[in-house]
Order: sequence, then structure tokens, then C-alpha cells
Amino acid sequence: MKIDPDCRYRSSHEYARKDGGEIVVGISDHAQEALGDIVFVELAEAGKTVAQGDAIGVVESVKAASDIYAPVSGKVTAVNPALQGDPSLVNKDCYGSGWLLRIAPSAAGEWAGLMDAGAYEKEIGKE
Amino acid sequence: MNLKEEPLLFELSSPGRVGASLPLCDVPAAPVPPELARDGLALPELDELGVVRHFTRLSQKNFSIDTQFYPLGSCTMKYNPKVNEQAASLPGWRNAHPLSGEEFNQGALELIHSLQEQLCEIGGFAAGSLQPAAGAQGELAGVLVMRAYHESRGDSKRRLVLVPDSAHGTNPATCTMAGYQAKTIPSDAEGGVDMAALAAALDETVAGIMITNPNTLGLFDRNIEAISRAVHGAGGLVYGDGANMNALAGVLRPAEVGIDVMHYNLHKTFSTPHGGGGPGAGFVGVRADLAGFLPGPIVARAEGAYALLMPARSIGRMKSFYGNFGILVRAYVYLRMLGAPGLRRVAETAVLNANYLKCLVEGAYKVKYPRRCMHEFVAQGDLAEGVHTLDVAKRLIDYGFHPPTIYFPLIVPEALMIEPTETESKETLDEFAAVLIRIAVEARERPELLHAAPTTTPVGRLDEVAAARNPTLCYRS
Repeated sequence: MKIDPDCRYRSSHEYARKDGGEIVVGISDHAQEALGDIVFVELAEAGKTVAQGDAIGVVESVKAASDIYAPVSGKVTAVNPALQGDPSLVNKDCYGSGWLLRIAPSAAGEWAGLMDAGAYEKEIGKE
Repeated sequence: MNLKEEPLLFELSSPGRVGASLPLCDVPAAPVPPELARDGLALPELDELGVVRHFTRLSQKNFSIDTQFYPLGSCTMKYNPKVNEQAASLPGWRNAHPLSGEEFNQGALELIHSLQEQLCEIGGFAAGSLQPAAGAQGELAGVLVMRAYHESRGDSKRRLVLVPDSAHGTNPATCTMAGYQAKTIPSDAEGGVDMAALAAALDETVAGIMITNPNTLGLFDRNIEAISRAVHGAGGLVYGDGANMNALAGVLRPAEVGIDVMHYNLHKTFSTPHGGGGPGAGFVGVRADLAGFLPGPIVARAEGAYALLMPARSIGRMKSFYGNFGILVRAYVYLRMLGAPGLRRVAETAVLNANYLKCLVEGAYKVKYPRRCMHEFVAQGDLAEGVHTLDVAKRLIDYGFHPPTIYFPLIVPEALMIEPTETESKETLDEFAAVLIRIAVEARERPELLHAAPTTTPVGRLDEVAAARNPTLCYRS
């Protein structure tokens, strides 16, 4: 299991990574492994304003459908167009080509409140 | 089980073969207008015996509670006594027509009325409706009643419904259908509602909570009265999901621990047929001041006769006519055959059976919340490196058992949710436990047996991922 050291995490297993002025959002390697083969991804549309903790999408595997929550507040600037055709990218490369969406953050302080890689590793150790 | 793959009727077809001989036409033939005629309608051509054998062979592949043990957690796959079927097939019930009017249907209305009263008594509710035709429809009716209650008081700020993370997936879906937003409340270390998280979530925007008790971990939430008090204190209502009523019926009346609205699935607890899409029945019961909002019509007794009445401020109908009447007859017979002491013994035996089974297998399987369970328990199927719950489930099929519910509840990784119900004998439970333990040994010593399973069925392991990603919905593309 991989934990990207450059990302911050929520306890509900979304990651957030800074890229320029934006935040790239996806689900962690641990989450994709627990979900199993992902068959469908539905995401909020670009342009939508979201608050931290809002449901911004659903990831569905053969086992379960799980809500995805916004790690930070802001405006959705892009969603990964490749996932419509190939949701398995989330399984294959969750931190890379399997990213879910990008958010232009509106509350600078929220980043610091997310777990760093070390804290997230401890968090999933509890499960 | 008949192992051979059954050909389709189209594949069995032989040109010119017929199953019926029609009399000669004794009126002048009216030609089909040419614009309506078409060629190439490929209907299968078979004789009667060929059709009978085809469907009989298909029916022999069925897995059902009448053939094998079916410990599907959260579904209460209990045996459906045949006396229910016998009663429901009596001509007086079978031929009753809803449009023949109240005066010609007094018997049917009396049965519905009596069933309403019995179900109210079981839950401690003041009134109830048998309109909803499924558990999820009962939930929707219940939450719409909550909504109507708040709106009748001019209380329009409430937009959230709290749902514990151990809830059935239908609960958040129901909230959305009813125009509310679901907010998840985490579980505590004991598997119950986290009381601190509940307190933090409660304010004037909360319409209520949807709670299942015992919850989907098969655990009774001992804080239920405190939960009800807290929600009522914030002006919200407490919705009880009665999917797990089999653990409580005749023992605890949910209304007495603060449940305001609740549905039960007659097709679970009250032994009406279950599976294949129904038909179901989702009775909804309420406390006295909510009775006016119930879905209707409901049956009332006035001036010595039974009549269909719409409650004063009803949320309306959930379906046409009066629920699935034939199903209500079965539930009525079940309750009458058991009586009150019998119903209590059902719950007690269901809980005893689940705990017995849990004790037998918990050496071989992890059980995340080891305290005494109610009518079901959740074990974990990650028995060895590379062996998952899905493999255990498929291997059980090879041993002639229906797999339990898997990967639910979501809060337990690799969940195997096992509900034996009260109708299984000790011998069946012993045999099932022995097989589960044998599978645990196989998982360590011969995991390939689990990965290859099932091998005793007409088709083996299906590619669920491909089926979900690229469904082929026609037999011939």
C-alpha cells in the first residue's frame, strides 16, 4: 500500500495535493484497495462551489458505493475526463492518472488541518 | 442440482414444431393490413413437453429457502410456513376484487384492520398503515410523515436527517427522496451510535434520526433511550428502521424507547415470501400525534362496519389500492398461528441461533465486535494472504449453502454478515459452522480451492467487474 508523502488526507480516505494554486483530489491507495475494482465514478461538475466535507461524488465498486467528500472548500475547476471511459484508472494509478477532480481553494487554513502522510498512516492502522 | 447449462428457448426451437393445435377458423379471415405485417419475428417453436422440461429444469437450478440454508444477513430469510400459502389461496381471498366496493369486501377489510392493530401492538404504536408495498417504500412513507409533521408546525428550517454509519443503504436514499440531506453519524468502539458525535450534530436544522436497532452489526444499541431523548430535545423525530424487527418482536416495543415512526418488512419478520423482487409489504406505524399524516387509505371500524378512510392530513397514497393484499393475508396467518407467546419465542430463538453460530465460528473467523449479538453477527472473511470474503462466499456455494451477505455493513472490512433465523435446526447450524471452519482451514492450506469456487454450479465464478463495466444485456449481440 502506498501513501503519497506529498499529499494531505481526510479520515474518509480522500487525498489532496497542491498543484500550482489548485488542489488535486482523489482517493488513497488504501481506499481503492479496500473498495476493489471500481466500475463507476460520478463527480460534481466543474464550476460548482463546495464546502469542506460536502459530498462531491460517488465511487462505485462491485462491493460498495462510497461518497467522496471535499477535503477543502472552493470551486471545482476540472474533473478527470478519462474516468468516464475507464474508471479502473483509480485502481491502477490513484495518485496519478486516476485523480478525481481539481478544486481552486477558497479557505487557505484548511490545508493545515488535513492529515499529513504520517498521521494518515497511523489513522488507517487503527482500522 | 441440475448442473448442465440450460439452452435458451430460442436454441431449442425447431422450425414448424408446435405446442398447441388450434381449431379451424370459423369466421372469414381478416387479412393483416400490409403496413402492419412484418417478416422475421423470431418466436421460438417448441412442443408442450419441451417447454415443460425447459422450465422445470430451470426451476431445479433455483436456490431457495425451501431447498437449502440461506443465512443472508439483514434479510431474515426465514422459512415461510405453507399454511400461509394455503390460506392466501382460499377463493374468498384470491378472488376478492378491490373495485367490488367496501360492502362486498368486509372480510378483507377486517383482516387488514386486524393486522394493522396487531402490528401496532407489536411496536407500541397508536396507528399504522399497510399501504407501502416494500420496506424502502415504508421508509419513504415514514420520513414523509416526519416532514409533514415539521411542516404542519411551520418548522421549515429542518433539512438534515442523521443516519448512523452502520445504517442500511436505503436510509440515506430515503432521506434524499424525501427532500432531506443525510448526515452520517459515526459508530463508537462498542458498535453503537457515537453519543458525542450525535450531540454535536443536533441543532434546529435536524429533522430527525433514522436508526436501526439492533443495527447492521447485529448489536443492540443500549443507548437507544438516550439517543431518543437527545433527538427529541433538539425538536427532531426518531425514525426506527424495522428491518431487524425479528430480534425484538414480542420482546421490546420500539415506541417505548422513543421511536416515533417505524416500518417493518412483513416479508422479513412476518414470513411472507421474500426475494425475486417481492411483492413486499412495509407497514408503517406512528405515535398518536402523527396518525393524521399516515399514507392512506387505511381501514377503520365505524358503526359496526369496516371502511377505507384517508387520514385527515395524509401524505397521500404510496400505491394504487391497499398494499399487496395477498401478502397481508400471509402475515396475518403467521401472527395468528404463533400468537403473542409464539412471536416472542421467534425473537428469542433467532437471537439464540445467531449467538450459537457465532460461538461456533469465532475461533476460525475474526468478529470485530465480539460482544453478544442479536439476530445476526458480522464476521470477517480475510482468512489468509490473498483470500477474501468473496472467496469464502463462493466456496460456501460448493458446500450447498447460500453465502451470507458480504461486504456489508461497510464499516467492517471484509464483512460476512450471517443471520441464521429461528427456523433452522441445531443440526443445520452445526453443519454450517463445520463447513465455515473447514473453509478457514482450506484458506490456509489449499487457497486455490477457494479461488476456483464455485465448481459445483452450472457456471463458475462470474466476472463481476466486466459485468458492471460492460454489461451485455441481450443474449445475442
